[in-house]
Amino acid sequence: MSAFTQALGDGVVVAKRNLIKIKRVPDLIVFSTLSPIMFVLLFAYVFGGSIDIPGMDYREFLMAGIFAQTVVFGSTITGSGLAEDMQKGVIDRFRSLPMARSAVLIGRTTSDLANNVIVILVMSLTGLIVGWRIHSSPLEALAGFALLLLFAYAVSWGMAIVGLMVRSPEVFNNASFIAIFPLTFIANTFVQESNLPGPLKAFAEWNPVSAVTAAARELFGNTNPMAPAADAWPLQHPVLMTLAWVVVFLLIFVPLAIRQYRKAVAR
Amino acid sequence: MARMADAIVAEGLVKRYGSVVALDGLDLVVPEGTVMGLLGPNGAGKTTTVRVLTTLLEHDEGKATVTGLDVVADAKELRRRIGLSGQYAAVDENLTGFENLDMVGRLYHLGKKRSRERARELLERFDLVEAGDRTVKTYSGGMRRRLDLAGALVAKPRVLFLDEPTTGLDPRSRLGMWDVIAELVAGGTTLLLTTQYLEEADRLADKIAVIDHGRVIALGTANELKDQVGGERLELTVGSAQDAATAKAALTPLAIAEIAVDERGHRLTVPVSGGAEVLVDGVRRLDAESVKVLDIGLRRPTLDDVFLTLTGHATGKTGTEDKQGEKGA
Repeated sequence: MSAFTQALGDGVVVAKRNLIKIKRVPDLIVFSTLSPIMFVLLFAYVFGGSIDIPGMDYREFLMAGIFAQTVVFGSTITGSGLAEDMQKGVIDRFRSLPMARSAVLIGRTTSDLANNVIVILVMSLTGLIVGWRIHSSPLEALAGFALLLLFAYAVSWGMAIVGLMVRSPEVFNNASFIAIFPLTFIANTFVQESNLPGPLKAFAEWNPVSAVTAAARELFGNTNPMAPAADAWPLQHPVLMTLAWVVVFLLIFVPLAIRQYRKAVAR
Repeated sequence: MARMADAIVAEGLVKRYGSVVALDGLDLVVPEGTVMGLLGPNGAGKTTTVRVLTTLLEHDEGKATVTGLDVVADAKELRRRIGLSGQYAAVDENLTGFENLDMVGRLYHLGKKRSRERARELLERFDLVEAGDRTVKTYSGGMRRRLDLAGALVAKPRVLFLDEPTTGLDPRSRLGMWDVIAELVAGGTTLLLTTQYLEEADRLADKIAVIDHGRVIALGTANELKDQVGGERLELTVGSAQDAATAKAALTPLAIAEIAVDERGHRLTVPVSGGAEVLVDGVRRLDAESVKVLDIGLRRPTLDDVFLTLTGHATGKTGTEDKQGEKGA
């Protein structure tokens, strides 16, 4: 058995273990889907009346942004899950076994991807109920969902690094919120980036979350025909840019996460 | 070089955390098929030693082999041959007992069928058959520890590491755990056991290495260690200083060293050898001299005495500051 297939096999065993948790503790998935539902409803009905996107219905504009925000939040489970396993000594047990060094991380990120698939399904239904529609071909729509999930998967490797560095899942959650809120709000997720003041606009244009949001809008056919053309290159080519971010994230995060795992010891 | 018969060999292990020296030239040899007890207070370096030997932590200096394999260079192969049960039960609460063991079997690459068989075998052996299909969340502390120990045995390891296997257990569960471990080592497994409990080391270990500040400061069987501190002594209390003088004279022929009398002159300590017979003999001599004895007894040093003598501080009573140290160590 080659090292690669062994790592995959071990990863499947670990992923299965994580997925059993979703089954045994259904509260987890219930609350991780309830919060995006709440976000959809809050934004659609509370802000929807005040935020005017000339040329299109706000709910159509909103959904891609909420999808992006939600899958990024979903990717934090990777970090808090690993932090919890560290705290409980489970990582020590894994590290004393003759398994591939990358297997725990492969398993973790894979099961969290599965979690995100479920969340996206629930959110899509909620979106359809409040008036969101896909205006593209099924193939394009599928590509949109795939891109969102791929983006979240790449981000979850970054979450893994932080999760293995902190001392508890609580610390991880607090730390990740501080990073994720600005990243998902200073973007084109809930407002048009062209309306943001100078420095924030520049940040939003180059923000990876904006790229994936714009890409999803394009692939779902939710683009605004009346919106001014994007100024920045990333938002002119959002699909390409998102794929580029995914590659860059994976190239940086995967080796760093494995390195952190190799020296991670419970305290 | 390590002899084939030595399961664990550590030479001059040094591990530093910043300016804190967790291991300070630790030497240790554990012959195959024996039980070595690592005894020491919190922060002494016990857990660090186990982590280095089980490849979880890389040491800064020195060399260590387990079953002849280097803990750094041959780490991967080494992990196939060892089992580790840590300070806390590293079992997954959301899985059943069976699923926990099955998963470990799969990660040792035993294959699907063999992993399942082995999980059932171990549940039976550790008296967890009925609980086997319940989630671990419902288990008591003792059951979790047993399951964790079972996890360490899945691949029938040649060398087993147990880091404070009974810390935090109630007395009854502790006794149960001791029975399980005693049965295990009767089967010939090499075991390195760390503990803060002298009684545990006394009961389970063939040899005890006392460690303090990251070094082995004494090594031997429980009896050898006790002998290092001093042998038996007769201790008696009398009613008056005059009786004490008479008693001292009467017992001098039995003493193998000088008899000590306390400040008040009522209490005598007589170093002796020969066990209970000496006690009987002493009582006869005192009776013949009509000494009024308030209390008399033969005392052997306990491991507590050993510890106190060797380290200058008692075990497990080093306070909460040291606890932090151990956590980091």
